[in-house]
Amino acid sequence: MGGCPNLRQTTMVKSDFGYNSKVEGEVIVTRADAVVNWVRSHSVWPMPMGLACCAIELMGAGGSRFDISRFGMEVMRFSPRQADCMIVAGTVTYKMAEVVRRIYDQMAEPKWVVAMGACASTGGMYRSYATLQGVDNIVPVDIYISGCPPRPEALLDGMMLLQEKIRQEGGSLKRTFRGRTVETKIVR
Amino acid sequence: MEAAVLTDRFPRTQVLASQDMPTYQVAGEDLVETVRFLRDAQGFDLLADLCGIDWKDRTPRFGVVIHLLSTTHKEYLRLHVGAVNDAVPSVSSLHPGANWHEREAFDMFGIRFEGHPDPRRILMWDAYPYHPLRKEFPLAGIEVPLPAADVAEVTGQAVEPAPMMGGPFVSPGGKMSQAEPSALDQSWNEEKPKA
Repeated sequence: MGGCPNLRQTTMVKSDFGYNSKVEGEVIVTRADAVVNWVRSHSVWPMPMGLACCAIELMGAGGSRFDISRFGMEVMRFSPRQADCMIVAGTVTYKMAEVVRRIYDQMAEPKWVVAMGACASTGGMYRSYATLQGVDNIVPVDIYISGCPPRPEALLDGMMLLQEKIRQEGGSLKRTFRGRTVETKIVR
Repeated sequence: MEAAVLTDRFPRTQVLASQDMPTYQVAGEDLVETVRFLRDAQGFDLLADLCGIDWKDRTPRFGVVIHLLSTTHKEYLRLHVGAVNDAVPSVSSLHPGANWHEREAFDMFGIRFEGHPDPRRILMWDAYPYHPLRKEFPLAGIEVPLPAADVAEVTGQAVEPAPMMGGPFVSPGGKMSQAEPSALDQSWNEEKPKA
């Protein structure tokens, strides 16, 4: 395959149009779930929910030095309709919690949530009246990343862990939230 | 600017002791005219800061502190106003920069700024029932419903008091400890067996 089309024209034989075992290799047999999960895991479109300093590291992970696109998830979407992984990067206040949940609801299934950093995971150092003590109180979180803020490598590690998790998922869209299985309910 | 310039013009104004900049106690009735006089006649043309204070035991309990800067004379000046009946006249008509500062002081202390063009909360949500920087308000917070009722219904989450664990940013005992500041209460620590 490849090469100059004009050269190929001269040597083209009938077998080039059909299935070419030298190029395609052997036939792979698998389950539909596995294929779907494999495709999903390598086309994660993150929704950057950047709320504090973690967002700076998130941007660093997207830049050329750390290059999140090496792992097939560089397409940051600022519209929740086009995203399937919300990276909550930063401190979630109670005032912002409503917005985070609403954006999560606006994302299409299947969707995943990554709690990036101490604040998103547990409230971090903000033990105060204004801060939600962990974004898992309002949305189901798949991956928690430690750090304050986590380095881009930690984010990449977390995202690869998420890919691993996606590859092991069953066909169901149900997920666990606060220890029980729930179906996603839409908030308008 | 000599202190007499202000105290002669506004007899209710008193000089307060201060270590850094000239400080005056201004009566609420005089505040707008004082700020106007300082801005127009004395060159204090920049409002650097405006904040509230909870004095707890004083009467009036709340006060407002205004920092003014003269960009021509390179001088700072501080005004303190007691909030009689928790109210202070707004100076946002003279210094537009005071607008959000006054909203914050209202949000955090419940000080009303009379004549403010938009007297809403600025940090907490509109329906929040408390003023968090008042002395009696616990840092951890008080349980109230989430601002969005529909989100609260789906998630079962409320605005809950934060777990303080002995309070944040407490240095361990001993003076000039090299250890990281941490909570006094280490009951959450995995070194202790979990209940």
